[in-house]
Amino acid sequence: MLSILRREAAAGCSDAVLLRERLRRSCAAATARLRGYATAAKEMTVREALNTALDEEMSADPRVFLMGEEVGEYQGAYKKFGPERVVDTPITEAGFTGIGVGAAYYGLRPVVEFMTFNFAMQAIDHIINSAAKMNYMSAGNISVPIVFRGPNGAAAGVGAQHSQCYAAWYGSCPGLKVLAPYSSEDARGLLKAAIRDPDPVVFLENELIYGERFPVSAEALDSSFCLPIGKAKIEREGKDVTITAFSKMVGLSLEAAEILAKEGISAEVINLLSIRPLDRPTINASVRKTSRLVTVEEGFPQHGVGAEIGMSIIEDSFGYLDAPIERITGADVPMPYAANLERMALPQIEDIVRAAKRVCHRSVPMAATA
Amino acid sequence: MSASFFSVRAVRHPGSFAGEEHGPPAASGWLASGFLGSAGKLRFRALSVSAPAPSSSARRRGSSSVVVAVSSDVVKEKKLKPSSSSSSDLLITKEEGLELYEDMVLGRSFEDMCAQMYYRGKMFGFVHLYNGQEAVSTGFIKLLKQEDCVVSTYRDHVHALSKGVPARAVMSELFGKTTGCCRGQGGSMHMFSKEHNLLGGFAFIGEGIPIATGAAFASKYRREVLKEADCDHVTVAFFGDGTCNNGQFYECLNMAALWKLPIVFVVENNLWAIGMSHLRATSDPQIWKKGPAFGMPGVHVDGMDVLKVREVAKEAIGRARRGEGPTLVECETYRFRGHSLADPDELRDPAEKACYAARDPIVALKKYILEKNLAREDELKAIDKKIDEIIEDSVEFADASPPPHRSQLLENVFADPKGFGIGPDGRYRCEDPKFTAGTAQV
Repeated sequence: MLSILRREAAAGCSDAVLLRERLRRSCAAATARLRGYATAAKEMTVREALNTALDEEMSADPRVFLMGEEVGEYQGAYKKFGPERVVDTPITEAGFTGIGVGAAYYGLRPVVEFMTFNFAMQAIDHIINSAAKMNYMSAGNISVPIVFRGPNGAAAGVGAQHSQCYAAWYGSCPGLKVLAPYSSEDARGLLKAAIRDPDPVVFLENELIYGERFPVSAEALDSSFCLPIGKAKIEREGKDVTITAFSKMVGLSLEAAEILAKEGISAEVINLLSIRPLDRPTINASVRKTSRLVTVEEGFPQHGVGAEIGMSIIEDSFGYLDAPIERITGADVPMPYAANLERMALPQIEDIVRAAKRVCHRSVPMAATA
Repeated sequence: MSASFFSVRAVRHPGSFAGEEHGPPAASGWLASGFLGSAGKLRFRALSVSAPAPSSSARRRGSSSVVVAVSSDVVKEKKLKPSSSSSSDLLITKEEGLELYEDMVLGRSFEDMCAQMYYRGKMFGFVHLYNGQEAVSTGFIKLLKQEDCVVSTYRDHVHALSKGVPARAVMSELFGKTTGCCRGQGGSMHMFSKEHNLLGGFAFIGEGIPIATGAAFASKYRREVLKEADCDHVTVAFFGDGTCNNGQFYECLNMAALWKLPIVFVVENNLWAIGMSHLRATSDPQIWKKGPAFGMPGVHVDGMDVLKVREVAKEAIGRARRGEGPTLVECETYRFRGHSLADPDELRDPAEKACYAARDPIVALKKYILEKNLAREDELKAIDKKIDEIIEDSVEFADASPPPHRSQLLENVFADPKGFGIGPDGRYRCEDPKFTAGTAQV
């Protein structure tokens, strides 16, 4: 925290907000350059990306239908499919999720939307017991081509019961595929892949990045564009430390990488994209290159995604590590409401920077706990 | 506990996916205009019209439904109708009678053999037996086609057998052998068969009800959206009295009635939820009454009499097939054994057990068949013998079958672990470097 403040003063900015804005702008340009695909002028918000993906998949396959609360009447974009394919349900998560699973058993391809994944806890019995375990219990007889989607993780000031990140819980379940897109291209490609997949997919979106614009390449706009499930993406190449993240934390990690670059630390940022199956080969290859790892996630620390990645690296690439693995997570508390407490309960850019410096043995020794 | 619900009223269902309640009544059938009856059609199915029951103000409410609640008296009404010849008194033909008898004996013998095998250590874990409730399973499932769906609970062996899953496959599954209907991976509580449209087999009570509602939803969707005009598949959901206090049950009654799904909710009320008496657990123990509260008929029937169950089932399944929506049928039945084979069954009053044992459905059907001269004693004995042989054979088959191979442990977690399957070049599509260019067609 102190080093950031010192640098702000040096840069002549009066407050942190201005600095953040400058970083964001320079970051966006940098990431656009570094993306693997051809640069294109087209930009798209994550919301538009998801909507277009859904629209195309529903047009292509009449068995795909959307079910959830306020999906039909509220969104004008879906008026073209009619109430029979965009089904508004009563507020009965357990009931309508089970109905979706039953319809999937019987040959349709539902997309069940939860207002947030917090509400999906009322339906988690169906997600795990009737959807995830079904193919195994029936020995391949009955597969469940269903997608559960919705916003996951913290929004802004919505309190403890609306802010949990479920990546770790769903990620531990055999039989589920769990995806967490970041950019618009990720969202488009992964949602299309999820809808076409014959297995149950939990699709974790994030409320706060729905409105963010990202550049999209021409090929991403094609209606058969899909991203493979189980492959991570290297958002930024580097050689000193590997930072893994998913969903909103990818944005923070990229900004942290920019700050680290100015200090001479070249960070490689991996966007996991797929929590389950986890792309262990990519993460391992990266750690073997950099020898240092920092995992970033929004969820609770114990038994989290970072714990799994850390253990996986120890199992496969222990000899390559030059420093202990660091994990940056949300605080081990239910999400508080007060704005300053909420800020402390979630990972911030400074936390990522500090952790990266620690693993590079460059940190200023000071008490790190608040 | 038999119903004293005499009034049978006309039906009017405004429900639809679009949630429209009002609309001009259209003359044509429900397939014609709009989706799922959204034009607010009137469908009159007046079995007999009498004065409205005092408890209902439904008629005065504008568009909400006035529902039919048929009691088991419907069977009595039919019997009392003047008939031209004595043979039209009969509710079943000889073939039907023998079919019902055979199915119930199969169920009973199978369950008895399960108990034997369990105590000999061949079967393990949780095993829940269906002795005494055969009339419900046979009464409903023997009216279904192969394409109709059945969803059940952990007490699912007999539902599986009635639906057509071979006894060998069920027995092997119980022994945990690889020749079982789920290759030994499901077990007693998780019987699934895609071929026979048996969708389980669920351990949690109430879990199967939304699944069944979903299967009914799929049937309706295929008919109306995918335009498969001959898809009139019905789903029958079986569950117990304890489940009727569970939230998911009500959620599904609501949605099934709202969208007029082709489903029949069958309550196998055997008065006991493990060790909890239905009367101690339920504020209003008359479950059939909960149907009309959601806008569907609620029927109570004597679940120890397969002929009565069959009559009600015909009406309920017919309603669903015609697109008139769901029905809630409460079958008063009893399980002769404990909740599961691990249950010592000490809580139930022996007098209660004796009372229901005297109403054994198989004995009752046998009596009916012999009294009405539908078949002879020796024909029934021949069926008994045939079933015994089938059961013996299934045990031998299961015994001789191999347990699953070690490699089966990790199989079938996913239908397609890599997603997108194998491309025409024989490699996984998702590993194709051109994958994201959209050239990997799925």
